[in-house]
Amino acid sequence: MTTRRAVLAAALAAPALVRQANAQSQFDWKRFRGERIEVTIQLSPRGTLLQQANREFEELTGIRCGIEVVPEQQHRQKIIVEYASGRPSFDVAELSLHVNKRQVGKARWNTDIKALIADATLTAPDFDFADFGAGMVQYATQADGRMDSLPAFADYFIIYYNKELFAARNIAVPTTWDEMFESAKRLADPSKQVFGHVGRGLKNANVVLWSSYLLGTTQRDMIDANRQLITDTPDAIWAGETYKKFLREVSPPGSIGFNWNECQTTFMQGRAAMWVDGIGFAAPLEDRNRSRVAGKVGYALVPKGPGANHHCALFGAGYGIPEASRKKGPAWLWIQWALSKGNQLKFLASGAGVPARSSPFSNEQAISGSHFPREFFQTLEASAKIARAGLPEIVPVTQFRDVIGTALTNTISGADVATELRRATAEFKPILEQSERES
Amino acid sequence: MPRDAPTLDDGLAARRRNYARRYAWFVVPAAVVVVAVIVFPWAFTLYVSAFDWHLGRERRFIGFENYVTLFGDARFGWAVARTLFYTALAVVLPMLLGIAAALAFHRKFPLRGLARTVFILPMMATPVAVALVWTMMFHPQLGVLNWLLAQVGLPPSMWVYAADSVIPTLVMVEVWHWTPLVMLLLLGGLAALPVDPYEAAKIDGATAWQAFRHITLPLLMPFIVVALIIRTIDALKAFDTIYVITQGGPGQASETINIFLYLQAFAFYNVGYASAVVVVFFAIILALAALLLWTRERVRLT
Repeated sequence: MTTRRAVLAAALAAPALVRQANAQSQFDWKRFRGERIEVTIQLSPRGTLLQQANREFEELTGIRCGIEVVPEQQHRQKIIVEYASGRPSFDVAELSLHVNKRQVGKARWNTDIKALIADATLTAPDFDFADFGAGMVQYATQADGRMDSLPAFADYFIIYYNKELFAARNIAVPTTWDEMFESAKRLADPSKQVFGHVGRGLKNANVVLWSSYLLGTTQRDMIDANRQLITDTPDAIWAGETYKKFLREVSPPGSIGFNWNECQTTFMQGRAAMWVDGIGFAAPLEDRNRSRVAGKVGYALVPKGPGANHHCALFGAGYGIPEASRKKGPAWLWIQWALSKGNQLKFLASGAGVPARSSPFSNEQAISGSHFPREFFQTLEASAKIARAGLPEIVPVTQFRDVIGTALTNTISGADVATELRRATAEFKPILEQSERES
Repeated sequence: MPRDAPTLDDGLAARRRNYARRYAWFVVPAAVVVVAVIVFPWAFTLYVSAFDWHLGRERRFIGFENYVTLFGDARFGWAVARTLFYTALAVVLPMLLGIAAALAFHRKFPLRGLARTVFILPMMATPVAVALVWTMMFHPQLGVLNWLLAQVGLPPSMWVYAADSVIPTLVMVEVWHWTPLVMLLLLGGLAALPVDPYEAAKIDGATAWQAFRHITLPLLMPFIVVALIIRTIDALKAFDTIYVITQGGPGQASETINIFLYLQAFAFYNVGYASAVVVVFFAIILALAALLLWTRERVRLT
């Protein structure tokens, strides 16, 4: 006989049963409602977009999310200091893979994302991990097989060129570095203070331009298979000589102190015909309110070097969750939302960055609707196929950039390339050896 | 009475002693703060400097090895030399200009108040904002400074974009920024000077230069020394403007001790070595401060 009490109990349990049934057919985004997480990301068009869309995440999940956006250089320092303290204040952090990957991996500061992906209760069915490009997944995976950040964005070095200046001199887009140098000489117009080329001369920042040249040699890399430094070899010296002649002979005087922002200003003002740098600068260059060259910018693959290899320098970022975080579940929901197909497509279409997912590239509608020329997307796709790490995967990478960068900067003032690179290599060798021994 | 008086005195003294003993606990909050924010960080820095300590790696006790490495580190040696060069220029020039400005603004002329206000405006600006504005002005092609040079037919300068001109250029920013402070300190000194010696000198037929050399300068000397100490400390610890404008570059041409220290600690995460740099830098500052204090004592005696 059914008692009144049993009926009452069944009636009270019903909503719970319904919710559970829904959870099986539909992912429960609200399972952590009411919790609070802290996210720290780098200042970039991507970071700004995520910050603006934060409310969308909060409404989807009911989780309150504090987003902190910090300029790139300071951000890298901030997270390392916080990780080292053992109690980082954040539950999600952006990681520059080309700078901090090995350091964070060796110290095992982040949790393995693969374990979270495998957990069906935590991962939305439409997450589709297979959509992430194989190269980027490999880039975010540590030597021991752990993937301690989900790859978010890639950055490739490309050539930006001023179509108007190229047309005026009837010059074709260069396909080798030597050709590019000759073109730069012809494109210069000293009477109008227009230079054939502009590029990073500032110590540290400049290493990635030099490595772009090095990637076109037979050697390609900066450390060999035994993790020994190979930055004073004939190929490395060739890359150094190329760097010296570009920066000394066809770039604006004072380039020795130029980082990407000075280069960007020079190029935006129409004062330089070519600029080799990260693909993320397309957005400001095409901004009609800020740029004098908007609509006249050409995009092309970096040229070939003397070796058999043809690569463009690759950099990238991932989002990771600290092992020390007590809110790994909510944090993982945030990452899934931030790097969802929709958000990644939004980034691509607005020129804010190169998504780690593959699906945005096949979205013809979004690409044709974008205010970027088709050439931009083609260059991007072609770059993805030849991308190779632009910095060595070592712990003291900032010190590497400092020491090699100083040598390169000295060559702009006229110092001998071979002497400088040998000195820098000798200086950095013991630092790398010590770091390798201890890690 | 002879018996009572000492008793009363004893009682008072005892009460006074009790008073001190009972309320000694009131010192505790201040002592805790001093230990927490001064003594502990210092002791901890000394402790860290005895380790090979990279963030993210195991730390290892190495005794004085960081100091041994530091004294053999040519880059640190250059950083010390650059810091001293920068400090010398960034102290002497604002001092000379500050004295001149104080004398000028001490005279009475129309709109003096307004002129003084305008002159001290740079001092009010935030160093980082100032540095960013100067960086734009130094740009070799697009900066206003080279445009101005071109207007008067002078060749462009590379300002902070060349190794040989970077430190003098940074000093120029420092002079612009901090001469007003020196002026302000000395103006206060000038206002406090007595008028009688000048009247006596005038009667004796002293020239303006003689009055300045033999009356103004000696009387102003205590104020000059105070300004000198403040300027020296400021110049030694200069970091924000240098970091924002050049980050120590081109190459290492403007890498002072502070920039070197910052790189070791926050770019290379070598906190043990950076702590050793702090200790040595502190010794250098102590030595300079002792020298200045000794000078001040001498000035006071004369």
